[in-house]
Amino acid sequence: MITLQWLYIFAGLVFLAFALLSAGDRANPKRLGNTAFWGLLAGSFLFGSYLSDLANGLLVVALAVLAGFKWLGQGRPATTTGEERLASAERRGDWLFVPALLIPAVALLGALVLDRTVILGVPLFGPEQPTLIALGLGVAAGLALAMAWLRPPVLAPLQEGRRLMDAVGWAGVLPQMLAALGAVFVIAGVGDRIGDLFATYLPLDHRLLAVIAYCVGMALFTFIMGNAFAAFPVMTAAVGLPLVVEQFGGNPAIVCAIGMLSGFCGTLTTPMAANFNVVPAALLDLPDREAPFNGVIRVQVPTAALILLINVALMYFLAFRF
Amino acid sequence: MWVLLGIAVLVGGFVARLNPLAVILAAAVVTGVAAAFAPGVGLPELWAAALDTIAAFGKAFNDYRYISVIWLVLPLIGILERYGLQERARILISRARGATTGRILLAYFILRQISAALGQTKLGGHPQMVRPLIAPMAEAAAEARHGDLPDAVRYRVRAHAAAVDNIALFFGEDIFIAIASILLIKGFLEANGILVEPLQLSVWAIPTAIAALLVHGTRLVLLDRSLTRQVAAPEAGR
Repeated sequence: MITLQWLYIFAGLVFLAFALLSAGDRANPKRLGNTAFWGLLAGSFLFGSYLSDLANGLLVVALAVLAGFKWLGQGRPATTTGEERLASAERRGDWLFVPALLIPAVALLGALVLDRTVILGVPLFGPEQPTLIALGLGVAAGLALAMAWLRPPVLAPLQEGRRLMDAVGWAGVLPQMLAALGAVFVIAGVGDRIGDLFATYLPLDHRLLAVIAYCVGMALFTFIMGNAFAAFPVMTAAVGLPLVVEQFGGNPAIVCAIGMLSGFCGTLTTPMAANFNVVPAALLDLPDREAPFNGVIRVQVPTAALILLINVALMYFLAFRF
Repeated sequence: MWVLLGIAVLVGGFVARLNPLAVILAAAVVTGVAAAFAPGVGLPELWAAALDTIAAFGKAFNDYRYISVIWLVLPLIGILERYGLQERARILISRARGATTGRILLAYFILRQISAALGQTKLGGHPQMVRPLIAPMAEAAAEARHGDLPDAVRYRVRAHAAAVDNIALFFGEDIFIAIASILLIKGFLEANGILVEPLQLSVWAIPTAIAALLVHGTRLVLLDRSLTRQVAAPEAGR
């Protein structure tokens, strides 16, 4: 059975390689910072399950200190020049797409076939995160194909991977950090307090006002939390269920479905949703990648605002009719 | 209400442009300590609350490791880039007649939204699709029309490529009945004594999905003309 733990070991070894290769990169004056950062992450993947909660927490503190003092640099492993790449692209043709497209192809295969495959009474995939396991298999298959066909130096995939990972930098663990912050917020009851504020201070005596408060509240609270899943139970318990559904008679399925989608409008506008909005800015080398509202968010805001408006209208006209 | 102090730390830290990792950790500790705060609580208790919060944060960070597993794709993408993957994507587009930035992004939007609606949310994504393929294609199409691009235009095209992946995913996935958000809604309503079937929920995600296609599709159709204007404008380099 291939479990999530296998994937963690795979990831841990890759990050360990990034750390070791960083240490020898004389072109990066901050190479020891990179070694420490990716090394700690490797430790988290390889040994996190065996560490105490506090030890894992101190590991995160160390990551935050390394990033906070700007001790990470940009590694510059040797790679091909622009001309070499163009020549290679001309020579190898569209076959270059095949290893890259193996990732989605195997992901699809994983979801449709492998996840349901049972060999000698044992399921092929473990119960947790089967799509990620399929993604890992797709990467392994693509790498095997690329290595056999292109015959690069043995360390080249790790060096090229390190080049891209350094380009993303500390932003690579931002989504994981924000998810952990969300967990702390839940323990401390932050969401419930915000829900109380909404329910206490807004005069919602007309159903249109209640619909607006719920939809906009979902978007706003998602903007703060970076995650509509965190906002949904709070806003729905504070406004959606008691007012829109119970007091004004809205259809709960319609109210909740559109409420969640209103939260997604908030996701499109917030730097807190790092994996959607901050990571791509780093991956695409946008110059304003560290600004609170980078180019990706600014492109998304008009669409998010319009869809939110449409969601309010849809909920108002559909929820009380069906 | 003291627990909301953590959010203030978060917003303040982002506005002051401090490192987000440090800001997030500080916000978590402030939240945990504030939750323990009450009249008469002494320093030792607050110190213990801080340590407990760090431990809770560490546990959650460990539980959420699967989020960062996505970076496993980088060695594969990197090795293909070494042999000209991005250049190949550009060549493909420059030879395709009628391929414009807006049309390429619209085509990807539709494919991504449909595949997400069928539950295949992992078929796209920024590391595996947008950086190596979609963004270079969109840029190449703009270059084929306008020649060398001013930086502002190039970055705007890239931002649009990233945005298409997000918007198509968000407003496609809820049509699939077994997606996390639909199951969350079902579970929440059940806990409040209301039984709904996942299908009832996902059906009502369709109107918004259509609206998203119309709104963002229109913007993408208009994007080509807007890029032309931006390239022609004398202050294009701003």
